[in-house]
Amino acid sequence: MTTTAAPATPAAVGDTAPAGSSPPRRRRRDHLAGWAFLAPFAVVFLAFIVWPIVFGIYLSFTDRSLTGAGGDLIGFTNYAEAIADGDMWRSMGNTLWFTILSTVPLVLVALVMALLVNEGLPAQWLWRLSYFMPYLLASTVVSLFWIWLYNPQLGLINDALSTLGLQEVAWLQDPQVAMPAIVIATLWWTVGFNFLLYLAALQNIPEQQFEAAQIDGAGKWRQLFSITLPQLNQTTILILILQVLASLKVFDQIYQMTAGGPGGATRSAVQYIFEVGFTGYRFGYSAAITYVFFAIIIIVSLIQFRVTARRSA
Amino acid sequence: MTTATMNAGALTAAGPGHKPGERRFGLGRVLAFAVLVILAVTWLLPFAWAVVTSLKSETDAAAFPVTWIPAGGFTFDAYAKVLAEGNIPVWAFNSLFSSAVITIITVATSALAAYAFSRLDFAGRRWMYFAVIASIVIPPQVLIIPLFYEMLALNMVDTYWGLILPQVVLPAMVFILKKFFDQIPIELEDAARVDGANRLRVFWTIVLPLSRPILAAVAIFVFITAWNNFLWPFIVVNDTSLMTLPVGLQTVKSAYGVQYAQNMAAAILAALPLIVIFLFFQRQIIKGISTTGFGGQ
Repeated sequence: MTTTAAPATPAAVGDTAPAGSSPPRRRRRDHLAGWAFLAPFAVVFLAFIVWPIVFGIYLSFTDRSLTGAGGDLIGFTNYAEAIADGDMWRSMGNTLWFTILSTVPLVLVALVMALLVNEGLPAQWLWRLSYFMPYLLASTVVSLFWIWLYNPQLGLINDALSTLGLQEVAWLQDPQVAMPAIVIATLWWTVGFNFLLYLAALQNIPEQQFEAAQIDGAGKWRQLFSITLPQLNQTTILILILQVLASLKVFDQIYQMTAGGPGGATRSAVQYIFEVGFTGYRFGYSAAITYVFFAIIIIVSLIQFRVTARRSA
Repeated sequence: MTTATMNAGALTAAGPGHKPGERRFGLGRVLAFAVLVILAVTWLLPFAWAVVTSLKSETDAAAFPVTWIPAGGFTFDAYAKVLAEGNIPVWAFNSLFSSAVITIITVATSALAAYAFSRLDFAGRRWMYFAVIASIVIPPQVLIIPLFYEMLALNMVDTYWGLILPQVVLPAMVFILKKFFDQIPIELEDAARVDGANRLRVFWTIVLPLSRPILAAVAIFVFITAWNNFLWPFIVVNDTSLMTLPVGLQTVKSAYGVQYAQNMAAAILAALPLIVIFLFFQRQIIKGISTTGFGGQ
């Protein structure tokens, strides 16, 4: 957003002039005004973020069920069970696998799209429209589209494959292929978001840099590698961080397209938390898994910050 | 803050800087154009296929081999059937209503809080701001169990309250708005304060009007997030008449089973509102997403 930030005029009335006359009163007024402005947000923040976190920790040490039964403190029993729970580790592994598989194409394809669109070729609106529009769809719509495209006999994709004389693929039914298939659908759905971020960053690179390079005789590729990509470094780091966080919490499209199957091959961590809580009725245990997952998210984030901090330094 | 004026920027991207290299109209440019076209066709194909399927009869939709032009001609039967079930308009209303309320509450509370963090000096400010920033990394998905428990205790399961309230806190929005308010020259407010305007008046008559673009960006982002949210509405609502479009569609999916045309008609109907809005406000939405996406960097 552009604020045509009017340069601060130091000559203007000393900005503390009115308060300067009675400093104590101003301070008191700020306390009141500050909390009054903050209050509405503070209420929802405490009620729907802070309280669930705190209460969740308590829940994780109980054997509470969805029906309200139980609720005795049972120490670290839930956590001990979680650490020995193969299904839990498998779901965490699936989430990490999805994150690794999805992050690279979601960043690279977005970058290629943005670089090409930024060339200023005709039909600008068409590129933006087609690459970004899927991002506006609800996950359920995306899943319906892709279940249909992936349909073994009647799907467009297998039809194209057999027309080309290639082997048809059981996209969502083959445990080896299901996750990559979901990643492809996810790429189609959300790449437009990263594309827009890259495009905005590209348009912020001062035109003079390219002019100077051109005068020095640098070709298009040379400009790409010595000006454009280095200038996008910060953006790439930011997009990577946002993308990894977004991929780690995957649930919607997997749940809708394969329900975690076949045979749990695509069940994500969030889905496991959901199932233990709402199908297995084990709220206490589910809360404990939540915090194990939470710890993993924090570890991944910390690794990321360390790696990117070194690279951007 | 993104200083890009997106659309204008791109349209003139081929401007003065690129002129000297006339051979830009050579092979490289043709190739770039070809890749853009291939990508665009690939990205539009799922839409096209869904629309075509939705306009077939069920028999043609399930016919083998696959064809783009149905043997029995195009028909609106699938749409008629889906609309006759009567649920989609109700779900569309629920989506619109809940997303609008969520947007209004989120923007209002976040803007007030951001102003307090940006301009007012009060006890506990640093602490509160730290808590808000730290909570940005917490994905709301992981709080579903304790949140649902809270809704049970408050008797809000299967109500609009339960659907809406937990979605009105997006800490990142406070961060974005605060960064914007920080840039507004304080002299403007001081002048009004000298004239005796109180904080709320200054906020309302000076700060808010200057912040229209960022408020619009935040509102767009919140609205799209709420409109497409699946997990929370899916958990907290069981009553069919309270479902939002994404959740309702999930139940329809299993109900229709192999009725492919009706599946696609329902999906298209659910996608339509936001796409129509997008076609009208393309510029604002694209600008809003790139601003908020960066956390206002």
